[in-house]
Amino acid sequence: MDVIILQLLNGLDKGSAYALIALGLTLIFGTLGVVNFAHGALFMIGAFCAVTLQKVLNISSEAIDPTKTDFLGNPLVVKTPYVVNWFGPETGALIIDWSVPLALLVAVPIMILVGFIMERGLIKHFYHRPHADQILVTFGLAIVMQELIKQGFGANAIPTGAPDAFKGSYDFGNLLGFDPNVIIYPYWRMIYFAFSAIVIGAVFAFLRFTTFGMVVRAGMADRETVGLLGINIDKRFTIMFGIAAAVAGIAGVMYAPINSPNYHMGMDFLVLSFVVVVVGGMGSLPGAVLAGFMLGILESFASMNEVKNIFPGIDQIIIYLTAIIILLVRPRGLMGKRGVMED
Amino acid sequence: MSTSNFTRRGMLKTGAIAGAGLALPQILSAGSHSSYMNAPTGSTVTLGFNVPQTGPYADEGADELRAYELAVEHLNGGGDGGMMGTFSSQALQGNGILGRKVEFVTGDTQTKSDAARASAKSMIEKDGAVMITGGSSSGVAIAVQGLCQEAGVIFMAGLTHSNDTTGKDKKANGFRHFFNGYMSAAALAPVLEKMYGKDRKAYHLTADYTWGWTQEESIAAATEAMGWETVNKVRTPLASTDFSSYIAPVLNSGADVLVLNHYGGNMVNSLTNAVQFGLRDKIVNGKNFEIVVPLYSRLMAKGAGENVKGIFGSTNWHWSLTDAGSKAFVKSFGTKYGFPPSQAAHTVYCQTLLYADACERAGSHNPCAVGEALEGFEFDGLGNGKTLYRAEDHQCFKDVLVVKGKENPENEFDLLEIVEVTPAAQVTYAPDHPMFAGGELGACNAG
Repeated sequence: MDVIILQLLNGLDKGSAYALIALGLTLIFGTLGVVNFAHGALFMIGAFCAVTLQKVLNISSEAIDPTKTDFLGNPLVVKTPYVVNWFGPETGALIIDWSVPLALLVAVPIMILVGFIMERGLIKHFYHRPHADQILVTFGLAIVMQELIKQGFGANAIPTGAPDAFKGSYDFGNLLGFDPNVIIYPYWRMIYFAFSAIVIGAVFAFLRFTTFGMVVRAGMADRETVGLLGINIDKRFTIMFGIAAAVAGIAGVMYAPINSPNYHMGMDFLVLSFVVVVVGGMGSLPGAVLAGFMLGILESFASMNEVKNIFPGIDQIIIYLTAIIILLVRPRGLMGKRGVMED
Repeated sequence: MSTSNFTRRGMLKTGAIAGAGLALPQILSAGSHSSYMNAPTGSTVTLGFNVPQTGPYADEGADELRAYELAVEHLNGGGDGGMMGTFSSQALQGNGILGRKVEFVTGDTQTKSDAARASAKSMIEKDGAVMITGGSSSGVAIAVQGLCQEAGVIFMAGLTHSNDTTGKDKKANGFRHFFNGYMSAAALAPVLEKMYGKDRKAYHLTADYTWGWTQEESIAAATEAMGWETVNKVRTPLASTDFSSYIAPVLNSGADVLVLNHYGGNMVNSLTNAVQFGLRDKIVNGKNFEIVVPLYSRLMAKGAGENVKGIFGSTNWHWSLTDAGSKAFVKSFGTKYGFPPSQAAHTVYCQTLLYADACERAGSHNPCAVGEALEGFEFDGLGNGKTLYRAEDHQCFKDVLVVKGKENPENEFDLLEIVEVTPAAQVTYAPDHPMFAGGELGACNAG
């Protein structure tokens, strides 16, 4: 029982990352009709916003300490972050410690800008081209972004810690009447789950309850008619692209403390997120969220030893196996609508 | 009647002898120079450095390339000579190899076997590389070693730690300076026993490929021999990025030690996840829960950040060693690049020097002659103490370092501290040890 609860928590956590990326993908697909293979790269760039802010906050003044030596035996250069010099040791250290949450503030405008430049500069030229062309160009763009990040930050992972206050884990076992130390779950992963729930809720509310959202939904349903009504739908869709990029970006920022960011983390998520979108149904936002959580939970259960002992290697194929079964039973995915990508 | 010493028969005889005499050096030189693959003919000799320049191990590959460039500079008489001055064999003169200036070409393995084979093949066939070296993965090393054997060039393996490289997949043309999974386990086990006692229950998470399998087999055998119980061995896909669903079952498995047979990005993430789940703060079976990482590297420790503190593992070499060879290498590398070399850089620098030295001693680049010069070669001064290149399996036997993530690093490179230098004798095994059995070196191939 305790194992099942633990894997359920894990699945919700994994699923929230999948759902956030798949949500952005579906938003772009639903509004612009573009299959955006660069979406994983946007997630990665978000994580590197956190890395960059951490690096910026750690820019230091240098002083030589003649009493200590470096690895070559030369006098040691002691570095003190400017933030510490300016705000004092305590406040300075606190600002550096909170670099990941602070990065959210930086990431939102940066990601909207990146999304805007991507859409206006490249993707808009591919609206009327076949999906295969769109996939190729966005995939190429993803590789370019990935290589740029590698050039700047190197190939190895860069540790980007959560604030000290959220390090450690919470003992659910005590709460649920199990033995202590049996069901423990890291604080930051719980925050990640709550954060994604809020973001997903906010995106749905935005589309549901604002005029802007209403126009966008109308445009998703029938772009031509909305255009004929005198509404500049292209402008709104560009803004939606920026919003989708921002969602991927903040998902990346918050993911940074879970696994140290590296340049290919976007690709690791991209393929899975596409499966999520297809399983959920192309163009369906609730479908993407549902499928994200479902596949996350299934993946977690598949890596349980009890399951692996019966089906060895099931953890490696579970997602694709589920996708095959669902597409056989429901060819349009869980919540897919008639007519999407079927013309 | 006039007489003459010149007769027709005599002329023919003299002519034949003179002709043969004149031709002889040509025949002999053909015998020693062009009867093997890519025999150098001009004033230069080309080496092929096959390292991951893209992909997850690109940083290690970049460090290997730096070390190769440094080695070439030293071989050609440039720089401060690095470990050439401390190397016990003094055959290298700083005038290239056998008087020929050393040049090099590079290839990108991408840490993929097929890409690595393709780049090695291109360097052998198009660029005329007489030796291939490098790599940062056992899967790649074994693939490239096989290719070099078929092509007839020497392969000096880079960072490869699977028992199989010099075990069941060993080849006559392949040589490994780096240590292996068995040696890590043999060195680590006594330290683990001393630190954590004999009564422990271990849970293994293992990268699902050749290196992971042999590392798991080695460390499980060594710890079981001292009384530990192996609770579970779980294989994780190499492409995994989030290990939370593999870490979670450890919590209630009854294990009190987690062994992470992971390397590179896998290790960074699995260790980070394990620490996030609070494993290190747990008390199980009345003991503190512990994590062990059998193969450590400084570049990985950097990626995992604070999580490595206090965690034991093993490494082939570390820049903080104080022997003359290590100091000379750290000085020339550090002066040129501004930071200390990694263990990957060290092993490939040694391999390049060892190859050049073997050529000098053999008087040829012929892979069979070079192989003979390396087999059973004993040397010192390259940072690992007295070392033997064993003839039976082409594996180097030398001291192994047991290290621990440093609690209070003094600078950004000061991440691991050496706990013990395990003497070579303690990590030596018989050539027919079951973990290495199954393959044959075969005969050397000169192409």
